Amino acid sequence: MALDSKIPQGPIADKWTNYKNHIDLVNPANKRNIDVIVVGTGLAGGSAAATLAELGYNVKAFCFQDSPRRAHSIAAQGGINAAKNYQGDGDSTYRLFYDTVKGGDYRSREANVYRLAEVSANIIDQCVAQGVPFAREYGGLLDNRSFGGVLVSRTFYAAGQTGQQLLLGAYSAMNRQIGRGKIKMYNRHEMLDVVKVDGKARGIITRNLITGEIERHSAHAVVLGTGGYGNVFFLSTNAMGSNVTAAWKAHKRGAYFANPCYTQIHPTCIPVSGDHQSKLTLMSESLRNDGRIWVPKHMKDVEAIRNRTLMPKDLAEDDRDYYLERRYPAFGNLVPRDVASRAAKERCDAGFGVNATGEAVFLDFASAIQRYGKEAAHVKGLDENDAALVKKLGQEVIKNKYGNLFQMYEKIVDQDPYNTPMMIYPAVHYTMGGIWVDYNLMTTVPGLYCIGEANFSDHGANRLGASALMQGLADGYFVLPYTIGDYLSDDIRTGTIPTDSKEFEEAENEVKEKLNFFVTNKGKHSVDYFHKKLGKIMWNKVGMARNVKGLTEAISEIKALRTAFWKDVKVPGTNEEYNEELAKAGRVADFLELGELFAKDALNREESCGGHFREDAVELDGEQKGEAKRDDENFAYVSAWEYKGEPSDAVLHKEQLEFKDIELKQRSYK
Amino acid sequence: MNMNLTLKIWRQKNASDKGSMVDYKVSDISPDMSFLEMLDVLNEQLVNKDEEPIAFDHDCREGICGMCSLYINGEAHGPDRGITTCQLHMRMFKDGDTITIEPFRATAFPVIKDLIVDRTSFDRIQHAGGFISVNTSGNTIDANTIPINKHDADTAFDSATCIGCGACVASCKNSSAMLFVGAKVSQFALLPQGQVEATDRVLNMVKQMDEEGFGNCTNTGACEVECPKGISLENIARMNREYLKASLKG
Repeated sequence: MALDSKIPQGPIADKWTNYKNHIDLVNPANKRNIDVIVVGTGLAGGSAAATLAELGYNVKAFCFQDSPRRAHSIAAQGGINAAKNYQGDGDSTYRLFYDTVKGGDYRSREANVYRLAEVSANIIDQCVAQGVPFAREYGGLLDNRSFGGVLVSRTFYAAGQTGQQLLLGAYSAMNRQIGRGKIKMYNRHEMLDVVKVDGKARGIITRNLITGEIERHSAHAVVLGTGGYGNVFFLSTNAMGSNVTAAWKAHKRGAYFANPCYTQIHPTCIPVSGDHQSKLTLMSESLRNDGRIWVPKHMKDVEAIRNRTLMPKDLAEDDRDYYLERRYPAFGNLVPRDVASRAAKERCDAGFGVNATGEAVFLDFASAIQRYGKEAAHVKGLDENDAALVKKLGQEVIKNKYGNLFQMYEKIVDQDPYNTPMMIYPAVHYTMGGIWVDYNLMTTVPGLYCIGEANFSDHGANRLGASALMQGLADGYFVLPYTIGDYLSDDIRTGTIPTDSKEFEEAENEVKEKLNFFVTNKGKHSVDYFHKKLGKIMWNKVGMARNVKGLTEAISEIKALRTAFWKDVKVPGTNEEYNEELAKAGRVADFLELGELFAKDALNREESCGGHFREDAVELDGEQKGEAKRDDENFAYVSAWEYKGEPSDAVLHKEQLEFKDIELKQRSYK
Repeated sequence: MNMNLTLKIWRQKNASDKGSMVDYKVSDISPDMSFLEMLDVLNEQLVNKDEEPIAFDHDCREGICGMCSLYINGEAHGPDRGITTCQLHMRMFKDGDTITIEPFRATAFPVIKDLIVDRTSFDRIQHAGGFISVNTSGNTIDANTIPINKHDADTAFDSATCIGCGACVASCKNSSAMLFVGAKVSQFALLPQGQVEATDRVLNMVKQMDEEGFGNCTNTGACEVECPKGISLENIARMNREYLKASLKG
């Protein structure tokens, strides 16, 4: 099947408006006869479910957590971008569009990104109307801050809990519709398959996680807002339950999986402390507004800090290497995430890591505390030369901005970041790859839509900070509710989709068979045993730096691990009860397939772009020596993989990316 | 130094099972582990011995999703302050300790299995009024046309940081949900956008809260002490004022 991205004709700034003017609509009375399933209740799924229900569709929403409010969007910290230009610093729709395409290393689809930038301002209006308590200035207007990879302040925030506040906003919109009976909410339900009838997505099979009951649910369209697959690495900043299963089942039913190798390794996470580690914790990128990243210049100081004979705060300024400021003077500590992560790895690989494992760099707030403290003393008419006073006032400002993050850090690491620099290291955080969708956000399966992190479309090979929340809400509130209507307008006379068809029965039987296998296999090792092994392969060979040898090894190692898993996995208990090991087994089975496709995709892409860094594709000389080298001639395309059984048999389809409004350039942050 | 610990854990097969405390031993526990990672270690041991692992709710493991619970040594979210169970670290305990682990207990939070309880009563309270009735069409007014006093905005934010974990209910001798409901009522009461529906909101949410079987508030303040997000008792006072105001309006 040839990929048709269905990008509307016309100038980029008019595409979305023209599109909306010409699509088919469903009249309000007919919407009552149409059912839509939404899987996932994060920012994308939650906002979509609420909006579709408001429009009049009958929505069934599903989440595996005990409440829609727990979806992992809640953990997003730093903020949400919007081209409001409230700061008057030159921002515009075009600039947000440009920054996002450039930040994504020219591997995203222009038309989708422009639309995202276009609707971004509406998101802020919408959220404020819903009572989302964004940070404000003393004049009562909204405050902004700056994020990596841009030169304007366009990020709206609510302390370090922006994702929480936005998700609770979407949750409240859902609650209103649940109360009206327009959304039927299924908590603690996991989607285990998509059901296709006559080639169209017409329902899903779910497992009730409390009773183990396998259920059939039908609808005229199915929307997946099921998040990213970072947990293929075992350790990531994702929630423990975040998984690829819904997306992977869709893939197996015909949805192409795009750019699986585009993974964001976030530069500022709390380093790994030991083998017991179950997950990693992010320290928001917003901290790079005020924190300066450094390691010691000299090896002797590195050793002294590791031995704790030297306190980091006592090391003289001249003996510190603020390597981001040194290498990238224009953007300094606010370079994009992929660049900052690789720079940290480069220093640590060279032996300058500052903790016992050698995998940590400092994020230091001492200069910001000084700067803010002096300013506060000046404003209050106090002595700007009183060091203790300045420090105290400065710490108060920092606490006001980042208090919850500093508290999180202190609880985990047992050190006080107000008085000693934080230690941070990159960790898997977000996946730009995902289910391929066209301009309508429809997958290659008719009637199956994919929104938010679960799809691939907007962030190219690297996502800029504060853009995930923007995309999730844009898709759910403002894009999908239009595009899905165009498809559903053909279904006004279809009537309820029956669940007693052979398609539903077959899908249900397949699901049951697999669950039965797990509880009767009685193998030797737990699910986590295999998941951790997979994570190690992924991190070591498909992580921040990739090469042909490592990727080839990874592919065969993952394959072998998958064989071992199906032979030796052990799941206690039964299917007919709450059984977390059973739920995990199904998820890890899918990660073991995705992981191989991921490595295969990375092997195919013989260029470095964004989060995908190939050691054999770097600039060899000039000002950019050692930086990532993109290959636009051969790789300016989206890799969309078609399922054919084993991951090794997956067939590559290419969507050629056209850049009509932005000139393809080397991404420089120097 | 790594620790050896005795755990007394509530085991209950399902909602209709009676349940009982069962003793377990774990050894070589690092002080840098989180409490839930310690339970992971125990569960791995149990799976390897073909026993059923302990069921407990958890997801984000960074203190924000509100999914984890646990009543540890008689306190919701354990002995530390201002954190959830997933942020509790084993450095709070010492070698040889015995740790008691129970589910959050309240009539309105029935046990599902072991340490997992059903908190959908919280959701139903939110369905009754925890929202502003504005459509998500995006056709609203520009966000900056509603200036909001910074102090009010910050106070509304503080109320809005509630994660809905239920520690307040579990800590209250009356199993009252007043702190949880008060936080949502306060968030909207403090913002101009919330004024239009203020009367209905507080009456409907309180009615649902009562129907769910949560108890009354007798101002002991235990909820505020155990709240991982530091939601203050002022929220309850503000809700009471809102409720009185709404009742007088009829």
